[in-house]
Order: sequence, then structure tokens, then C-alpha cells
Amino acid sequence: MIPEAFDYVRASSVDEALAAMAHGARPLAGGHSLVPALKLRLASEDTLVDIARVPGLAGISVDGSTLVIGATTRHHDVATSADVAAHATALAAAAGGVGDQMVRNRGTIGGSLAQNDPHGDLPAVMLALGAELVLRSASGTRTVAADDFFVDYYTTALADGELLTQIRIPGGQTQGAYAKFNRRAMDWAIVGAAVSKGADGWRVGLTGVGPVAVRAAGVEQALAAGASAADAAGKAGEGTAPQDGLDGSAEYKRHLACVMVRRALESAA
Amino acid sequence: MGVPISLTVNGKHVDREVEPRTLLVQFLREELELTGTHVGCDTSSCGACTIHLDGEAVKSCTILAVQADGAALVTIEGLGKDGELHPMQRAFHEQHALQCGYCTPGMIMSAAHLLERNPNPTEAEVRHGLEGNLCRCTGYQNIVEAVLAVVKG
Amino acid sequence: MATVETGRAGVGDSPLRKEDAPLIAGQGRFVDDLKLPGMAFAAFTRSPHAHATITRIDTSAAEAIEGVVAVYTSATLGIEGGVPCASNPTGETKQPKRPILAEGRVRMVGEPVALIVASSQAIARDAADAVVVDYDPLPVAIHPEKAMLPGAPQLHEIAPGNKCVTITHKTEGFDAVFDAAPVKVSLTIDNQRLVPVAIEPRAVLADWVTANDEVTLYTSTQVPHFVRTFVAAVLGVSEAKVRVIAPDVGGGFGSKLNVYAEEFAVAQASRLTGHPVKWIETRSEAMVSTIHGRDQLQHATLAADADGRVRALRIHMIQDVGAYLQLLTPTIAHLTVFMVPGLYDLPHVDITLDEIFTNTTPTDAYRGAGRPEATHMIERMMDRLADELGMDAAELRRKNFIPKAAFPYTSATGLSYDSGDYEPALDKALEMSDYSTFEARRAEARARGNYRGIGLSTWVEICGLAPSAVTKAIGVGAGGWESAILRIHPTGSATVITGSSAHGQGHETSWSQIVESELGIPFDQVEVIHGDTGYSPYGLGTYGSRSLAVGGIALFNTCEKVRDKAQLIAAHLLECAPGDLEWADGKWQVKGSPDKVKTIQELAYAAWAGDSMPAGVEPNLEATTFFEPPNFTFPFGTHVAEIEIDGETGKVTIERYTAVDDCGNVVNPMIVDGQVHGGIVQSIAQALFEEAVYDDSGQILTSSLVDYMIPAASELPRITSARTVTPSPTNPMGVKGIGEAGTIAATACVVNAAVDALSELGIRHLEMPLQPARVWQAIQDAKGKQ
Repeated sequence: MIPEAFDYVRASSVDEALAAMAHGARPLAGGHSLVPALKLRLASEDTLVDIARVPGLAGISVDGSTLVIGATTRHHDVATSADVAAHATALAAAAGGVGDQMVRNRGTIGGSLAQNDPHGDLPAVMLALGAELVLRSASGTRTVAADDFFVDYYTTALADGELLTQIRIPGGQTQGAYAKFNRRAMDWAIVGAAVSKGADGWRVGLTGVGPVAVRAAGVEQALAAGASAADAAGKAGEGTAPQDGLDGSAEYKRHLACVMVRRALESAA
Repeated sequence: MGVPISLTVNGKHVDREVEPRTLLVQFLREELELTGTHVGCDTSSCGACTIHLDGEAVKSCTILAVQADGAALVTIEGLGKDGELHPMQRAFHEQHALQCGYCTPGMIMSAAHLLERNPNPTEAEVRHGLEGNLCRCTGYQNIVEAVLAVVKG
Repeated sequence: MATVETGRAGVGDSPLRKEDAPLIAGQGRFVDDLKLPGMAFAAFTRSPHAHATITRIDTSAAEAIEGVVAVYTSATLGIEGGVPCASNPTGETKQPKRPILAEGRVRMVGEPVALIVASSQAIARDAADAVVVDYDPLPVAIHPEKAMLPGAPQLHEIAPGNKCVTITHKTEGFDAVFDAAPVKVSLTIDNQRLVPVAIEPRAVLADWVTANDEVTLYTSTQVPHFVRTFVAAVLGVSEAKVRVIAPDVGGGFGSKLNVYAEEFAVAQASRLTGHPVKWIETRSEAMVSTIHGRDQLQHATLAADADGRVRALRIHMIQDVGAYLQLLTPTIAHLTVFMVPGLYDLPHVDITLDEIFTNTTPTDAYRGAGRPEATHMIERMMDRLADELGMDAAELRRKNFIPKAAFPYTSATGLSYDSGDYEPALDKALEMSDYSTFEARRAEARARGNYRGIGLSTWVEICGLAPSAVTKAIGVGAGGWESAILRIHPTGSATVITGSSAHGQGHETSWSQIVESELGIPFDQVEVIHGDTGYSPYGLGTYGSRSLAVGGIALFNTCEKVRDKAQLIAAHLLECAPGDLEWADGKWQVKGSPDKVKTIQELAYAAWAGDSMPAGVEPNLEATTFFEPPNFTFPFGTHVAEIEIDGETGKVTIERYTAVDDCGNVVNPMIVDGQVHGGIVQSIAQALFEEAVYDDSGQILTSSLVDYMIPAASELPRITSARTVTPSPTNPMGVKGIGEAGTIAATACVVNAAVDALSELGIRHLEMPLQPARVWQAIQDAKGKQ
């Protein structure tokens, strides 16, 4: 219930945050992934650097045809943003279902993506939207495609000392949806499917079917070839590696992936 | 190692030094002796610790006290105005929406916020809005009735 | 709406609760809200192993942390005794010692090994983590059916085969009836392990004043007097020097009907350090350190005539008791034994119950305590039989109900059911649930690709625990009576001190209603005190739906005593014979002379003034009663669940839920409805969501509220409820008890509904919880067979 002791600094700029991180500090935004882990002493840190008040890190805007979301933007603000609704329907839907009301009031999009929980909602949504993630470090800024960002179980492309500052999403994706299967509304997804139609056609992201969110390539190809939603969704289990667990067998989760993809496609249509 | 923080709690200004690992709920309960906010779990699941931070319902067990520096907090002790109970507190009493009363402060804070966001919810929306608060006594039925009673006015 | 429109708040009215005001304002007083001067904080180092020998404990690093007051192990805590078990059903129950802190060996994950006292909770936690314990792991016994087998790892030397106790009960002539019955149906049913999860975890604050060797223990408990007795006995201090206070208690559900290692350890730590010591259980701790519930495996065969008359039931029950015995562990499944026949005229039973030790958290009372296991079993068996015979489930039940004329009815397990009238409750529930038109709704759901089912649970329970002769006969080391003091003050207000110990049940409200009805003292003028051994006569506590039927009757009888005494005083003052007086509306008046009257308030003043008392009558209006119940009470009812299963995902949703309960006469309908709602939802939670899961190494996988799934409002239906009223002849108020009814009833109708939904696929049974993956798998397996 009580974390191990740590030091705390508050950054007033990204540069300050990066400076602290260069000395090993871990960034703290909403804290809704990190604080629970610290409380259970599953994690311990020497220093936390609070980035919640860094000017410019929170907020939603449209830059030309790109939807831009600051990393410390809270789930609630993402879920209720007119810009998000207008450009990334799948994200609006998913953000409105993260955790519960209180979690959405504090948790941030950047925190969820950097945490990269294998049952988190948002990594799959980023894959479906073809998002790009802007990472800053002392040595500069780089942009990583979502396809390359989510690497493995709780592992992302973020290097030591690197901070996720912004999410950039190709705009105009009004055909999209997120279908989440869980037992209680507050829970992580057992399996979730995000679908979104972008300039190059449908993209489909899955959560809960492996150590990390993945694209459902078989579904995307089938849709591109003109298959019906139901037929295409049947390919959602292909190439996935879900684990047997308390929440179901691998076979069940592959099946759920198909059902959730079909439901998401039907909902998006 | 104390970090100075300055915030408003139930309309009163508070200045304190806190150890960084102090959770906001500990700060409220132990430092300010506002014990109406409860702790029922350690995984941000039960919602017993729900308070309002800058007008929004949050789980005070999942926030460090240092993160609340500069914020305006309202706890169950400060929800009523001018010596009157908040309509949600009254409704919980009138609808028998509490038994042991342990989850009740968090539930009331969550429900009050729910109606600020959506003043006219359906029963389904009320039930969904309370997804982050656990009660083991009431079966939730009278809690839902209480929220709907406030909606009806 | 619950408000009293009549302005009355007597028996049968629904005044709003007097308990609420502080709780809704944030002014409740739970143990963790209390602070004492010099208070220190405790934390425990607990075993990460399910079974291991302790080879070394090094506390030096913990002791070196600034702010640490003391670190104790079993070698230094100085308590020889163990955690008490007050239950020995056969006289031959194996009761191995459970040390307060582990003595050389741990037998479950979470077993306390060391105790830290420090100046803050954070430091206590840091120090608990800094205690170094070396373990030599031992093989584990986790599943009771395997733990019973030869060669299984053994937990306790005194319990060969890991057997705690075997209880058998066989009616004379069973074999002939069973063998001759033309129809037999069998099921194996796993009533899964649950974690009670009162939202307030356990909490203890011990204040041992060493100068006079007096200790005050604030503890979140349902049974403050039991705690006092055992703390005195185990810590070797006069019971008169121990005061136990249960302040506001945030739910119990049986989990706080216990006396725990931590209560002894924290009290002793206060004694040794001279500080008040507070320990607040974390939820993660609670998932293994507070008792679990249920975990009973049943192999049952029901024998019947071809027309559906049930004749005999054979059952082998295997109860997992966990690693040690807690206060009443062996008795819980014993209650299942008694309730196996349900509310059916079932003349023959052959019951074997094996209670088995495993390397898991002890099981004990959890809301319903043994009776949900019985109801779930017999109600599943009845549905299985109806299916076998092609009969309607409701009609099969109706045919086998104990008839109204048969009460008091002696069951095949030797209980005397006090009263019952089962058909009206069934009829009402069938009507309210639109049972007769269900098939149309099934077809409509099927057209959408879903499976819809309807299920019944006709239930009876044993309440009002308990006649002391019976508790003795079944090996429980305490009686079953309850106590009340009623004190009328000179100005006419009243104080009730009850031996019951409420934690959400609304005793303060209901007890005040009884006083208003019986004595005419207004509801608002009655104060009710409970949960403090310093004030109250010995009370056995609040559990087993006993408070009203035993503790409420103690108060009712006390009111009668006070009224009788007031009558003598009134007669003296009015200069008439007591027999010339009649009681009405809070007054004694001379029959036929309405102007010659004395109110209870006037009589209370006169009794206090004391100057004009009749000869031989003591001053003051005050009385104490200890009520010994002559029998149990047997509430009953019918619940109907209508569920829909997502044909693609297996997710079960309860679409409609109807409950018709009969708890005899009702004191406060609003409170009774609340108890019904809460009980049903806890039972739906068992049916659909909750299960404590251990892996094969004895690690608990459902170690937090993330994995142990308590449903929220978003997962639950609206409940439609109603009552029938069949008063109990056991007590003068005709009340029975309602606290556990919903929990006893609901799992069976939910599972029956799910099996009904899937019966077209040939599915005949489903295990709880009906989690989507399990239901989906059952559908796949059934389709594969077709």
C-alpha cells in the first residue's frame, strides 16, 4: 500500500524532465500505471519526475490533416474531444472505456502507451489509426510509427532517457470503432479490437492476443480484397499468440479476436 | 526530504511538507485528519477513496500528495454547502443506499461527479458511471435509486 | 420511497436509518480513523511459500531501520497458545495448533512470520520487507481430493491423510429405499472457493496500559465478546481487564466472525512495547490472511420415483478447510450436512463429509456459511431430475415441498422446521417473473443468436443461531443465546444495549422500532449501543441471520419485563390492582376509565424518583434479558433468474431477477429489502464472477481486486422482490431472519437458468463461476459432440 521511498522533482519544461531522466528519474504523468505498481512494491524508483504540468505536453489540436495529442492529455479529455471524434473515432470510443470514470480523469494517453500493458486498449488503437509517436531525448526528437513502437511485453521503443511527448494521427478517420471484451466494465480488455479506415484502407489492431498489441494483417488484406466484414474478421486469430490464463484459453482468445473484429467493423460501418 | 505543498481542501488553504511517497489519501486521513475518505484496496479498484480534485472525481489512493500541489480538493466532509447536506448525501439516506457505510463516501463523491457530467442519466448510464466503485452490502440497487432520485429532484 | 409517511416508526414501518447521518457525512468512526497518543504501527512479514521449513530468520536489518520500535518472531513474541478453534463436530476433530507467528514451519502463503512495530506505517512496511527469512520449501497439498490420497504431502502430524474430521449421517432404511428407486440422477458440483472482501479490511488498534495491565482493543469484528474471551485466555490476562470495542465496522459477511492471529499479536505488541499499536490490513494481505469461504466439492445422487417424488439422497462432500482451523471452520460444512434436504419432503439421506487440510488459507463462515452449499446442491439436483423426467422444474418442486400441514416438520437430518408455506411464495415468484410466457423470450433470443434460460431456486435456510443445547450437541464451544439491556431514563428516553454487534444491518434503527412498538417510547428517543464489551452484557455477536430472531427477541422480552414492572408502579400510583389496568399506546390505564392513566414516561420518572414505589419493587425502569432460543427459524422463498448467454462469447447477462422471500414478520421492510438485494448480488457474484484460484504450487493467482472479480453496479440487474409472511412460532415476534437469504438462494437459480439456456445443446451442468471462457468452452464441447 505504501511505496518504497523515492525523490520527487517537478519539471516545468521538457528539457528539465529530460535532464532529470538523464540521471535516472522516471517520468510521472497521471500516475495511474506507475503509482499502483509502486504501492504494491512491484516497482521502485529512486526519483520520479512529474511532467504533468509541463506546458504544451497536454492538449489536442489539428495540424493540417494531422490530429495531434499531447502525451499528458487525460483519457477523459481524449474521449470527449470534438477533434478526436472528428478525426479518430476509434480512439474516442476506446478512451471512453479505459478503466473507470476516476481513472479516465487522471490517466493519460502517453502514460498508457508508454506502459504498453498487453491488455491495454490504446496500443491496439494506435496501430489501427497508423499513429506516429514523437519521442524526445537530450539528443533530439524522433518520430516512431506505432507499428514500431510497441515492441514486446511491457516494452516499447522508448530508449533510456527518452520521453514520449506527442501522438500524431492521420486525420479524417471517421470510420472506426473499438470493440472490447471484458468481464466487468472497469477491467482491462481480455481481447480488444480496434478498426479504422485510413487513406490506405482498413487497419486493424488487436490487444490481448499476445505479449503486445498487433496488427491483424490477415483481416486487413481480406478487407482490401473486398471480403465481407464477417469473412475478414474470421482471420483475426491468425498469427496471434495469446496465453492460456484465468481469463480464458488461447483458443478462446483467438475466437474472441474474430468476434471483436467483426463487431468493431459492423459498428464502424 | 519533505516536499512543500500548498493546496485548498474543502475551501481551506493548507500548507504542509510531505514525504514524496505519501499518497493523497494518506495525506488527507493522517495529516489533515479527514478520515471520511476510506481505503478499501491497493489496486485502484474499489473507489472507496474517491474525492474531487479540481472538480473531478479521482481515486486519491492512486495520486501522490505532491501531485496535488496547487489543487482544490473536496472530500466527503466538504461536499455539503452552508451546513446543508449535498442532495446526493440526502438521497443516500432517504433511499437506504448504505448499510455498513464504508464505501459510501467514495460512492457519493463518484455519484455526485457523475451527475455533474451528465445531469440526466438513464439507469444504465448511472450503473455504468459507477463502474469504478465497489459496494459489498447493498447490491447497488438503492445506490442507483438514490442517484436517480437526485436526477428527479 | 422509504420515508415513514405515517410518522410512526414501530414494528412494520420503514423509518430511515439512524445509523446513516455520520456515515454519509464522513464522520464514521472505523478503526483506522482512530488515533491514540504515542501510537505505533504494525506490519507483518508473511510467508511467500505455501509450505516450507523456516531455517533462519534474520531481523537485524529490519531492526536497524530508523523508526523501528521492535521486531518480533514467535521466539520473542511470548505467546504460547495458538489461534482458537471453537468447533469440534464429532469430538474427534483434529485441531492442530496454529501459532500466532509461524513456529519453524509455514503451511500457507501469507502466514505471518514476523511482526514489526514502527513509528509509521511506511517504516513498518519497509522493515517487514527487510526481515530476511530463509525457507526450505516442502511439497504442497493444494487440492483436497489429492490431499486425501496416500502419499500426499502431509500438513500436520496429528492429522494423517490431511483429514480434519469425517462426519456421517445415514437414515435408517436408506439402502433399501435408495436401491429400489427407479430414477437416479447424479452430479458432481464444485462450490468454489471465495474471498469475503468486506470493503473495510481488518483493522486492529491495541492500547495496553501496562501500569494496570488493562487492554482496550479496537477491532473490526462481528464478535467483540468472543475476541475479549480469547484474547484474555491466550494472552493470560483477566477477562475483566480486556475491553474490546468494535466501532463502525465496514462489512463482515462472516470474515469478521473470527478471532485472528493479528488480534493477539498486535495486543501483545502493545503490551511489550508500551505503545498503542495499530495494524491495518492491506487488501493484498487480506486476500490470503483473512478467511476464505466455501470450497466444497460434492458428489451427489438423488433417487426418485418415476412420478418425480424424491426418496433418497446420497452425497459425499469434501470440504477444503485450508492449512489451519479458524474459529468455526469445521462447523461450516457441518451446517451443509443439516440443510441437504432443502425444503423437500426427502425422507432418506446418506451423507459423508470429509474435511481436509491443504496448503491454502483457512476457510470459515462466509455469508450463508454452509447453507448456500446445500441449497445450490439440492436445487441443481432437482433441476437435473426435472430434466431427466421431462417435468417442469416448478411442478417437480411443488410436488415435493413439505406440505404446510406438516409443520413443525422433522427433516431427515434431524432438524425441526418451525413453519413454512412454500407454494404461495413459488406461485408469486412464477407470476412476477412471467414464467409461463418464458418460451417466447427464449425463442426471440435464439433468433438473435443468443441462448436464454430461466431458473428457479426454492430455498430454505436455518437461521437464528442457535439453541445452546444444539450448539453443544454439534460441538461448538459456545451457546447461542443473546442479550439486551433496556434502561429508561427519568425523562422518558431509553438506552438499549444489545449483545449483537451490527456492521451495516441497521440494529440501531430496528431495535428502536421494537422499543417504540412495545413501550410507546418514540423511535427518536431510543439510543442503541452495541459493539463495546465495556458497556454491554455478554453477547455472541452478529452472524447467521441471528440478530433479530435472537438478539431482537432478547430486547422484546426486556421490553415486556419493563412494561410489567411499570404496571406494578402504575397500579400503585392509580391505587388499583395491576389486573385492573390495560396497556395501550405507551400507557397503563384503568380499564373503562381513560382519565386514570400513567404514561411510560410518567412511570419512568416515578420509578427514578423512587419515593412512591409499591412494596418490594426496586426503583428505576431497567431490565436485562438473556434470550435462549428454543429452536432455529427457517425462512424460505423462491427466486427466479432469467439470463441470456451471448452465443459468440459465452458471456452471461442476468436479464431479470425475481425474489419472493418469507422471513416471517418484518420489523423494517426497507432494511429487509436492502438485505435481500445485497445477499442476492453477493450470490450472483459467486455464480458469475468470483473465484479464489491457487496454482499447483500454492500461490494464489487471484491476489487482488483486479483478478478477484467483485462486480460493480455496471454488471448487475435490477432485482424485483416481494414477500410472503409465515410467522415463526419459535419466538414471540414471529420473526425469522433475512441477512443470508439472498446469498443462499441466488447461485442455484442463476446456474439453473444457464443450464436451461444451453440444454438444447445437451449441456446438463455448469460449474461456477460462469465466466465467459468456461461457458463458451462448454458450448464448443457440446457442439462438438452433436
